[in-house]
Amino acid sequence: MDKVEVVIVGAGLAGLSAAYVLADAGVEVLVVERGDFPGSKNVSGGRLYLEPVRAYLPGLFDEAPFERQVVKERLTMLTSESSVTVELASDRFRSSPANSVTVLRARFDQWLAEKASEKGAFIIPGYKVDDVWMEEGRVAGIRSNEDILQADVVIAADGVLSFIAEKAGMRECHQPRNVALGVKEIIELPEKRIQDLFGLKAGEGATQLFFGSITEGMMGGGFLYTNQTSLSLGMVISIHDLMQKHPTISPHDLFELFKKRPEIEVLISGGHSVEYSAHDVPEGGLKSIPRLYAGGLLVAGDAAGLCLNQGITLRGMDMAIVSGVLAGRAVLDARQKKDYTAESLGIYEKYLKGSSIYQDLSTFQHMPEILSNPRLFEKYPEVASELLLEIFRVDAQPKQKISRTVLRTISRELLKVDVLRDLWHMRKI
Amino acid sequence: MNIEAKLGLDVFQIDSEQSHILIDQEVCQSRCTIRYCLHVCPADLYDLNENGEMTVDYEGCLECGTCYVACREDALEWHYPRAGYGVQYRFG
Ligand SMILES: Cc1cc2nc3c(=O)[nH]c(=O)nc-3n(C[C@H](O)[C@H](O)[C@H](O)COP(=O)(O)OP(=O)(O)OC[C@H]3O[C@@H](n4cnc5c(N)ncnc54)[C@H](O)[C@@H]3O)c2cc1C
Ligand code: SF4
Ligand code: SF4
Repeated sequence: MDKVEVVIVGAGLAGLSAAYVLADAGVEVLVVERGDFPGSKNVSGGRLYLEPVRAYLPGLFDEAPFERQVVKERLTMLTSESSVTVELASDRFRSSPANSVTVLRARFDQWLAEKASEKGAFIIPGYKVDDVWMEEGRVAGIRSNEDILQADVVIAADGVLSFIAEKAGMRECHQPRNVALGVKEIIELPEKRIQDLFGLKAGEGATQLFFGSITEGMMGGGFLYTNQTSLSLGMVISIHDLMQKHPTISPHDLFELFKKRPEIEVLISGGHSVEYSAHDVPEGGLKSIPRLYAGGLLVAGDAAGLCLNQGITLRGMDMAIVSGVLAGRAVLDARQKKDYTAESLGIYEKYLKGSSIYQDLSTFQHMPEILSNPRLFEKYPEVASELLLEIFRVDAQPKQKISRTVLRTISRELLKVDVLRDLWHMRKI
Repeated sequence: MNIEAKLGLDVFQIDSEQSHILIDQEVCQSRCTIRYCLHVCPADLYDLNENGEMTVDYEGCLECGTCYVACREDALEWHYPRAGYGVQYRFG
């Protein structure tokens, strides 16, 4: 039987970040990846927040193959016939180093894999792990078909479905309430056209998030990110809500209806779709985080449910990178003591709890309940757009004072028990 | 764009020997009435055949796992495809 110091399952952002840290410290580390190359199975919307990760891997991201630096943010609320968009542009977003950037995973993960390899990590694509290998009640390696590879410690960085965490008994089976489905299309457009559409200079990018009637009352929304020569357009929808929807609608049909909205049609017209992808997203927040460590095992990234839907932002990539680094550091500590028991590896949880990503998960721990309120997707966009329609329209009848229109809308639509209750709940975020 | 055209955009390495998703027909027929798998799959791969059996066209699977999460009856034996097979994202 072969043996190495550390085996990492999954060459996604969590696994590769852990590999980078470990290889950098001279540890013998092997990353096994089921895809033909790192990134070939991975999907994200595409915006990576750099601030939370920079201090953990100083300098590493300075030359990363990012698509664009985000300098403009749009948020669009949709009703069946109208939309209200808020746009935020600021010179602060143009600062260097960037606050957030867009990425395409096939490219980005391969780059990170190269960086980890340069440090000495062995990355083995085309290798699917079937199970953990147990010895004396603790994880002591991995199994793939008949092959067993022993290791002092295994890091499960195998993404949202994480069969490794499940097989090692770290968590129960998935609950539809805690998982969302993401669907996405890559639509190619000339670089110049993308810049003109969003009012950007070369290298600058925009994001646009959509919520409201497009999800037909289901928790979720749409997203659009600009890449160098393409748009990433997609939707994320709660699996629980998809299951409960009456009449049913297929995610693909829902997505096509979204693409037919005039707000989207103008942006993608003349573009060529070149890829359609789907991937699940852990959205249960803090309460769905599994056990993070056991004897010989650590769990990082999506596999550990470390993903945060903040309503207007989805953050999983920065959390994957930070948790990967912290898992790496925990292994270094354990290695120094030559002690890979649960007790020794438990330092990982301490590191995580002390990190800003965990604090953010904690601050926004009530987000899943708040976002599962259908009024957020139906009623409130409706009220906002009705109010603005009244303010902006000029009819044959004389207009009322704006203050009156606003007050009337508030008293008619918002001074209601359910609305006040929603407001009360929102104090938690 | 219809779903066939959309899946036509993707690169698949098809495993013609084995499906990575196995359906327990017994469970589907005796216990399941809602058939969530039929309407949650982003590739519309599930279908009932003329014998009333649930089928999945696994060759077009995007490997998201949604059917596996949604099936409340444990009727699916769901694995990732063998190494070297399945969808290959060129952008992601
Ligand atoms: C549509 C969509 C939009 C999103 N938008 C954003 C966004 O804008 N910003 C953001 O920060 N986050 C976003 N996320 C979340 C983000 O993509 C994830 O949180 C992030 O990819 C998690 O990284 P990871 O390394 O933990 O897992 P993954 O990237 O999923 O990597 C897991 C790796 O493990 C491999 N693997 C799995 N099982 C095995 C096995 N048995 N053997 C070998 N290898 C295995 C996989 O092939 C994969 O390479 C989005 C997600 C989706 C789906
Ligand atoms: S949801 Fe599960 S049990 Fe029901 S038909 Fe589909 S596979 Fe069978
Ligand atoms: S894994 Fe996703 S794409 Fe594949 S059959 Fe299930 S729901 Fe459909």
